[in-house]
Amino acid sequence: MTMTDPAPRLDRAGIARRAARDLQNGWTVNLGIGIPSMCADYLPDGVELRYHAENGILGFEELSAPGEGDPNLMDAGGKFPKRVPGMAFFDSVESFNLIRGGHIDVTVLGALQVSRSGDLSNWMIPKRGIGSIGGAMDLAANAKRVIVAMEHNAKGDVAKIVEKCDFPLTALGCVDQIVTDIAVIDVDRSAGELILKEVAPGWSFDEVQARTQVKLLATDTLGEMA
Amino acid sequence: MPVNKLVNTFSDAVADIPSGSSIMIGGFGGAGGQPTRLMLALREQGAKNLTIIGNVAGISKTTGYGWPDHLDPIDQGMFFESGQADKIICSFPVPGTTNPLSDIEQAWREGRAEVDIVPQGTLIERIRAAGAGIPAFFTPTGVGTPVAEGKEHRDFDGRTYLLEHALPADYALIRAEKADTRGNLQYIGTSRAFNPAMATAAKVTIVEVDELVEPGGIDPERVGTLSTYVDRIVVRKPGDQLP
Repeated sequence: MTMTDPAPRLDRAGIARRAARDLQNGWTVNLGIGIPSMCADYLPDGVELRYHAENGILGFEELSAPGEGDPNLMDAGGKFPKRVPGMAFFDSVESFNLIRGGHIDVTVLGALQVSRSGDLSNWMIPKRGIGSIGGAMDLAANAKRVIVAMEHNAKGDVAKIVEKCDFPLTALGCVDQIVTDIAVIDVDRSAGELILKEVAPGWSFDEVQARTQVKLLATDTLGEMA
Repeated sequence: MPVNKLVNTFSDAVADIPSGSSIMIGGFGGAGGQPTRLMLALREQGAKNLTIIGNVAGISKTTGYGWPDHLDPIDQGMFFESGQADKIICSFPVPGTTNPLSDIEQAWREGRAEVDIVPQGTLIERIRAAGAGIPAFFTPTGVGTPVAEGKEHRDFDGRTYLLEHALPADYALIRAEKADTRGNLQYIGTSRAFNPAMATAAKVTIVEVDELVEPGGIDPERVGTLSTYVDRIVVRKPGDQLP
């Protein structure tokens, strides 16, 4: 069943821009592929991040021009960053010491489903029967903060924010914040509650609630995503 | 008298690998750090019933992942296309659904391949453990997910962990920038990835390098893999266009 939206939804860049707003200067971050990787393009003024990619690089910045990349200088998305001062290379043991050891300040990940207790599913669509985990389980379970950046609904207004994930899990109770094309939602994992903090311009609490399986809690002042 | 680890050709380096072997393939996924010439030689050699252990294993051919635009990518899916491998242990065997079907997924759909998908941090630690004399370890990664099924769980300081076992192999095919004649290796950039750990975890470690130097040609401060771990060295031809 498709409902009529009250106003346009944010585009992918808009989701990334909002997710990027809460990233703090000096943090070591790992951005997943897709919308999360776009956060790097929308950092607030004065914020510099230390980017980690799990293939063994810390401190990368912009990508090389098309055709000029060095295969020995890759990020985890298979793209080729430029060599810049302050960069560090290391092997996969060290890279996952950094992740599993809880040294990543924040990871921004995409999701297929997020539950009211912050469970995350993002690696396999059940009907396909095969999927790719990569570093997602390590990042989701062990980063200090996990932000999900995704479209609020799947095709046909199907809810992705659900009571209980029925897709295979990536990690239990790991998500701190959900940023979508219509809402910003904080996850109170211990209480198993989702708090609607902001809505996209032209959207109301009720319009977002109608597209979310979980009963959302209100805050005193509902903000507008910017 | 120094042991001669140098092998003249890639085909000689893999000639004795028997069918049924488990083979680690280094790098991360993508061209950098991948032992591409050794892989091509193993395909030519024809050993069958192989178990491949890799990381981002078979997505470059259909997505271009980690390869320069002007080249046709080569990845570990080649051993499933050729029918040589019947199992893969890796973290990332398939690309997103919008891409063409990879060789690994094709083989899996046809019932020709078992695919064991392991979280990347668990995979590398299992390999490290195999080389380090540690039979098993506890990790927080994967608790509550399908990868936890059937595994021992234990709580430490209020958090639940999974028991994961060391993962050794018969052979490791790895890639480095330089070797000295003793077998000390130097890596470049992000080409380390799974190579150094795999070098320690196999019965026989075979390295593909761009350059061979005399002892002293690698700064001792820059040795990335110790000569003790390396059994065979093959040097690429100067100017090889394959990354």
